[in-house]
Amino acid sequence: MSGKSLFDKIWETHTVLPESEDTPAILYIDLHLVHEVTSPQAFDLLRANQLKVRRPDLTLATMDHSTPTVPVSSLKELKIVSEPEAFNQIVQMEKNCEEFGLELRGLGNPERGIVHVIAPELGATQPGKTIVCGDSHTSTHGALGALAFGIGTTEVYHVLATQCLLQRKPKTFAINLDGSLQPGVTAKDIILGIIGEIGIDGGTGYAIEYRGPVAKQLSIEERMTICNMAIEGGARTGMFAPDDITYEYLNGRPQSPKDQDWDKAIEDWKKLPSDDDAHFDKTITIDISKLQPMATFGTNPGMVISVDGNIPSSTKSDQGFKKALDYMKLESGKPLSGTPVDVVFIGSCTNSRISDLRAAAQILNGRQVAKGVRTLIVPGSAQIKQQAEDEGLPEIFKAAGAEWREAGCSMCLAMNGDFVPEGKLAVSTSNRNFEGRQGKGARTVLASPLTAAASAINGVVTDPRTFIG
Amino acid sequence: MEAIKTITSRTVVLPLDDIDTDQIIPARFLRTTVRAGLGKNLFTDWRYNEDGSEIEDFVLNKPESKEAEILVAGRNFGCGSSREHAPWALLDQGFRAVISTEIADIFRNNSLKNGFIPVVITEQTHQWLLANPGAEISLDIEHKYLVLPDGRKEEFPLENFSRYCLLNGIDQLGFLMDNDSAISSYEDRML
Ligand code: SF4
Repeated sequence: MSGKSLFDKIWETHTVLPESEDTPAILYIDLHLVHEVTSPQAFDLLRANQLKVRRPDLTLATMDHSTPTVPVSSLKELKIVSEPEAFNQIVQMEKNCEEFGLELRGLGNPERGIVHVIAPELGATQPGKTIVCGDSHTSTHGALGALAFGIGTTEVYHVLATQCLLQRKPKTFAINLDGSLQPGVTAKDIILGIIGEIGIDGGTGYAIEYRGPVAKQLSIEERMTICNMAIEGGARTGMFAPDDITYEYLNGRPQSPKDQDWDKAIEDWKKLPSDDDAHFDKTITIDISKLQPMATFGTNPGMVISVDGNIPSSTKSDQGFKKALDYMKLESGKPLSGTPVDVVFIGSCTNSRISDLRAAAQILNGRQVAKGVRTLIVPGSAQIKQQAEDEGLPEIFKAAGAEWREAGCSMCLAMNGDFVPEGKLAVSTSNRNFEGRQGKGARTVLASPLTAAASAINGVVTDPRTFIG
Repeated sequence: MEAIKTITSRTVVLPLDDIDTDQIIPARFLRTTVRAGLGKNLFTDWRYNEDGSEIEDFVLNKPESKEAEILVAGRNFGCGSSREHAPWALLDQGFRAVISTEIADIFRNNSLKNGFIPVVITEQTHQWLLANPGAEISLDIEHKYLVLPDGRKEEFPLENFSRYCLLNGIDQLGFLMDNDSAISSYEDRML
C-alpha cells in the first residue's frame, strides 16, 4: 500500500463518518470563516429552523466584500458613502453576529480585513486544520498546510448549525515546481503560469498539492498567492506541506498555540507532509526557471501569456475566444505590452499583503504614475495598513500619485464604491478577469504587483523587468 | 424542498464555454440579503441594453425561451465564485437543470442543495443538443438518464445521496442532524 498525502492525512483525521456509496463523508470543520455577502441567507435559515450556532468559538466573522475603502468612523458616515444595499448588508451582519453570539471583526476593528488575509495573520489558520468559508478563495489557507475550501450558503448554514460538512472526497493532484525563480518573476506569475498550463478546468474535482524545490523555498505570503488561485484552475483547494517557514510565520501570532502547546503542535504538524510514497491521482512538473512575468489578455485566468508575448490566435474553434478578445478590445498577433492602461488596482486576497505592497513600492519609489492612470492601492487588512504606514509605504505611493485606502475587497469585485468604469482597461493584482468582474464593461488584465506598478508608471502594460536592474 | 422525479422541457442553448458565476449573476447583485428575486438579473450584462430594455436577439429574451426549464451550456459551466446566488438566479428565472460536458465543483454542490440539477453528458450528446436548440428532452432523476426526442437515452452521473434527497424532497441538513451523537463524540475525542 502506498503512503498518504498531506490531503489524505487531514481528511482522515477529520472524518466523523466515512463516505459510503450512498452517503457522503461527514467532515468536521476546525475553523469557519464568515463574511457579510454569503451569510445572511444562512442566518435566516438558522432562525427559520430555530437553530443555534454550534461552535461560535470555531467561527471567525469579519466584513470585507461590501465595505467601503474610504475611512468611516460611524454608521452615519457609512450610510453616506455606501450604496444602500451594501449598507444594509453590513448592518445585517452586525445584527446576525450579535444575535448568534459571534465575535465580529467589524468596521473600525484593528483586526478587520479580507477574510483570507486576516485568518493567517491572526494565527487562526494552522497546519492540519479543516477550514471553510462561503468564498471560493478559501483555498488561500492551504498555504499553511490546512485543508481549506470554499462552500455555498446552504453549506454555511450546515456548518453554522453542526460544525460539519457533507463531502465527497476529491482526487489529488501533485504539481511539482522545479527549477528556480528568475528576477522579476513572482508567485503570481507562477500561479498564472500553472493555470495557463492546466486550463481553468484542469483542476476540477481535485485537491492540489504544490511540491518540489521552488515550493520549499517560497515564503508563506507567496504560497498564499499561489493557493489563492487554485480555484481559478478549477481545483477546490491548493496546499503546501508545512515546514520551518510555516512554523516561523505562525510563531507568536495571537491565536497560535503558546508554550508547551506550541511544542506539541509542531510535533503534530511535522507528521503532516505527504509520505515519500504517497499516491496522487495526477502529477505534473513545471519548470519555473523558464517562467516569465505573466499577464492575462482575455476574460478568464487561463487566457494568459508572458507580458512580453503576443496575443495568440485561438487554436480551437471556440466562439468564446473571439468574444473575449472583442470584449477586451485586443487583437490576435499584437503584443500585449504597450496596451494603454486606465486603472491600476493593487490589492485583493491574492496580492494585498505587506510583501506585495513592498514590491509595488520598490517600483513606484521616486517615480510618477502616468497621467490619467488611476492607481488604487488597497491593503488586505487593517494590520497590514498599519504596518505599511510604519514602514512609510503610503508616502511613496502618494508621492507617485496613487491612492491609499482602507482594507477591503474593493475593486476586486466592485461591490461598494470602487469599480473600473465601463470600457476602461485595468491592470489588477486580483484573481478574476471575468467580464464585468471589476465593474460593468470593465476590462481586466491580471498580473503581479510588480507588473501592475510598472504599468502604472508607463501608462501601458509593461514588463516589470525593464524597471529592475 | 419539493421532490423532483423528472423534468421535461424544451431547451435553451447558450453555446459559450466557461460561463462563469460573474456572468450568471454579477457581484453587484450580491448585496441582497434574501434569496428571492435574482432571476431578473440572470446573465444581466448579456441580456439588457443600457436603458434596461431587453436585447432582442439574446436567447433568453426570445419568446420560445420563456417557459424553458433546461439550459444547455458550453463546456465548463459555473466556474468562478462560490456564490449560491448563481443557482438561485437560475431557479428564480424558471430553470431547473443545466446540461454541459463539465460543470464546476462548487456550483454543482450548490445546485444540488437547491433542487437544481447539474447534468454532465458526453461530447456527442452535447453536440447534438447544441445543434438542436429548443429540442424537447426529459431528465429522469430516478434512473439518472436523459431522453432525447427520438427516444435515445443517455445515463448521467448523479451521486446517490443527492439523488435520494432530490427524489424525496429531503433537506441534506437532516442527515447531519441525525448524526449529532457521532459529531459530539468526535468533539470529545479530538478537541
Ligand atoms: S479580495 Fe476578491 S477574491 Fe478575495 S475575498 Fe475579496 S472579493 Fe473575493
